[in-house]
Amino acid sequence: MIKPGQPPQCFSRPSVLSSLSLSNPPPSQKKDKKKMSSPILSGAKILQTLPINSNAGGSASDPPKPLSDPLLLLKSKSSLFRSSPKLRRFSSYSPCRSFSSSSSSSSAVFAVSSDVVKEEKKKPKLSTSVSDLLITKEEALELYEDMVLGRAFEDMCAQMYYRGKMFGFVHLYNGQEAVSTGFIKLLKKEDCVVSTYRDHVHALSKGVPARAVISELFGKTTGCCRGQGGSMHMFSSDHNLLGGFAFIGEGIPVATGAAFTSKYRREVLKKADYNSVTLAFFGDGTCNNGQFFECLNMAALWKLPIVFVVENNLWAIGMSHLRATSDPEIWKKGPAFGMPGVHVDGMDVLKVREVAREAISRARRGDGPTLVECETYRFRGHSLADPDELRDPAEKARYAARDPITALKKYILDKKLGTEAELKAIEKRIDEVVEDAVEFADESPLPPRSQLLENVFADPKGFGIGPDGKYRCEDPKFTEGTAHV
Amino acid sequence: MAAIFQGIGTTASLSTSNSFDSKRFQFPSRRSYLSERKGNLFVMRSEGRIIGGSKGRGTSPLVTSAVASKAESSSTSTASKPGHELLLFEALREGLEEEMIRDPTVCVMGEDVGHYGGSYKVTKGLAEKYGDLRVLDTPIAENSFTGMAIGAAMTGLRPVVEGMNMGFLLLAFNQISNNCGMLHYTSGGQFKIPVVIRGPGGVGRQLGAEHSQRLESYFQSIPGIQMVACSTPYNAKGLMKAAIRSENPVILFEHVLLYNLKERIPDEEYVLSLEEAEMVRPGEHVTILTYSRMRYHVMQAAKTLVNKGYDPEVIDIRSLKPFDLYTIGNSVKKTHRVLIVEECMRTGGIGASLTAAINENFHDYLDAPIVCLSSQDVPTPYAGTLEEWTVVQPAQIVTAVEQLCR
Repeated sequence: MIKPGQPPQCFSRPSVLSSLSLSNPPPSQKKDKKKMSSPILSGAKILQTLPINSNAGGSASDPPKPLSDPLLLLKSKSSLFRSSPKLRRFSSYSPCRSFSSSSSSSSAVFAVSSDVVKEEKKKPKLSTSVSDLLITKEEALELYEDMVLGRAFEDMCAQMYYRGKMFGFVHLYNGQEAVSTGFIKLLKKEDCVVSTYRDHVHALSKGVPARAVISELFGKTTGCCRGQGGSMHMFSSDHNLLGGFAFIGEGIPVATGAAFTSKYRREVLKKADYNSVTLAFFGDGTCNNGQFFECLNMAALWKLPIVFVVENNLWAIGMSHLRATSDPEIWKKGPAFGMPGVHVDGMDVLKVREVAREAISRARRGDGPTLVECETYRFRGHSLADPDELRDPAEKARYAARDPITALKKYILDKKLGTEAELKAIEKRIDEVVEDAVEFADESPLPPRSQLLENVFADPKGFGIGPDGKYRCEDPKFTEGTAHV
Repeated sequence: MAAIFQGIGTTASLSTSNSFDSKRFQFPSRRSYLSERKGNLFVMRSEGRIIGGSKGRGTSPLVTSAVASKAESSSTSTASKPGHELLLFEALREGLEEEMIRDPTVCVMGEDVGHYGGSYKVTKGLAEKYGDLRVLDTPIAENSFTGMAIGAAMTGLRPVVEGMNMGFLLLAFNQISNNCGMLHYTSGGQFKIPVVIRGPGGVGRQLGAEHSQRLESYFQSIPGIQMVACSTPYNAKGLMKAAIRSENPVILFEHVLLYNLKERIPDEEYVLSLEEAEMVRPGEHVTILTYSRMRYHVMQAAKTLVNKGYDPEVIDIRSLKPFDLYTIGNSVKKTHRVLIVEECMRTGGIGASLTAAINENFHDYLDAPIVCLSSQDVPTPYAGTLEEWTVVQPAQIVTAVEQLCR
């Protein structure tokens, strides 16, 4: 029972990058296996999470998904839970994995650890260690570079803000890089990402060039949104970054829609190889918002290929998660809607990556959504305007000790995946990238007046017909931006 | 009298029908008018327009028929082709289905649109033909499924969202305002949102306050959306098709009481313009601007007015945002008097915006202040008699025209 004001034990465990164990799964997980087969159709509340069918070649045992008639999938009017036949199948045969991270007897939370490591035996091994390597050298350096880029970029943003190069609300991601890198680096180009106002690093991880992001922050016309969006509205159609939303919760339905399109393309438009996945990132505060729950319901109902990623940094501006939420364990809310809920240490990029890999492949297979709660922390205030006086310095220190970048660096060096020199080279390269981006943004032009009325409508006929009978957009003042609409 | 005539004779551009073309005025017909108006002075500007004074009964011959003549701007006339007869909700369905056949990315989302066929039968039969995913029965979560439609539109689909009653879309206001309207702009033009949001609104038969709301006034300020209101089976089908084909987000307002209107519409395909208004009945004395159900109250009042000797010009504005200022402007320039009849609330409704727009653009052409008849600023009561008094009735329209044309 978590007492208000006191962080629960599970949120303050030390970094475990170095403590991955190869032991058998703890006994309580075995117990879960039996509990998994409890009947679902009887209307009993699903207390345990569903095990994720995670066999590497797992799709062989799935029944062929009917591609033709969507009516067949959803026709049974009698069952309470539309997807219940599939739930039953999961519970009876799939191996119990660490994703079954709850049992009705204890409220202990299991981060992904041992079982996952076992699965990685097929990865190429380096000379020193054997089966506890989760990643290859290339992957490790890629992750490191991405996290360093995120950190360096955000630090530069803070500098630029205080120098008066950007204005408004700027929300920085320092400390949470493991979540963005851990998830987004597993995506394909056609996969979509939806974020919140804390979106710079999601944009960078997804591949939006640093130049485009910083230009957008400076309000220049070379920004990814032509300077019209700003810090909280990063969009990129090339990289399938669907935003950047200022109101919390508002992006989750948009992400659900992108996932819906993926399913629609596959099943209605019959593009059988189309299986893009959408990731929706949002915070702990959003998990008390109606849109969150409504979308969990719809995504699970229609088995949409989406992963809901909660970046639980414990604070919504000045509101502690524990003061705002009746049951602070957000991952538990997944099973209530019929999807697995997973809790993972969000300061540990390798753990996040393994959970992400599973959740994304689950969605890609067509098995439906997953709710992943990443325990993480933001080192800076909510925004650059936040004095950040409410948070306990001891709490901040505790999390600073679990800095994801430091942890990955240590892991790389310990496992001899890279040398100090290589890491330094990466850091230097990133510094140059960020400096170059700032220079580019500084030199870029501000939007001209003529840009004012562009892009309000995709079809500018929407401005209507003026008194002279011509469409307003044909008025030459329109292109100058001085027309009165 | 002779002196005045002489004075008038020197100006070139005065005509009997009060529109200032360069026709010289016809002396004989003017005489009868002037003899009635002996006591009035009318001031003439150098351009020959008459301001002040009052126009009364026109001098052009009385229009014998007050029935709406459907003079559409860009469509075939229904009189010559056989066509087929149907009800308004069937016309909507026909338009929707034709677009679904034409473009496989067009899909429908809403509560009870699938198996139930739509609470007003607009989507009846579509789920059986096109499947549960293409005609999607959503849970009762307006904000989220509207947002879902927006996300789907951004990624390549063309959803048609049905609000079971327009009032329910108040719950979707966040998504409609922030995402639907603004996303194209804040993304710098990278994503387009070709959604159609449609549903029945307006005051019905004793449906109570919450089911009788007029949401057009709440949505009109949102930048980046277009709003249209249909009123006949012909324009319902045409506007539905145009809205689906449009790259912009369009909100299509239907009316609960108009779903069973019957009309003969053409067999061949037609698409109407989203930005144009519809000339329902040309006239000379007064411009009556209206939309949706009030069009029928106006036409009913027009019958009475014609019998009393007035010649109203009735325009169904159809496009609530943006206004078709060309059609409206031409009419104002012809009649110089404007009456707006709408079902929106008095405060901040479509009529209020239209009044401002006309005043701003056509002030010089007005001979009288614009009169706007709107619903009372009250929640719609349940009792039938009270409900009747909250909306504009034909008798009020007749009175207003009479006052305006005095």
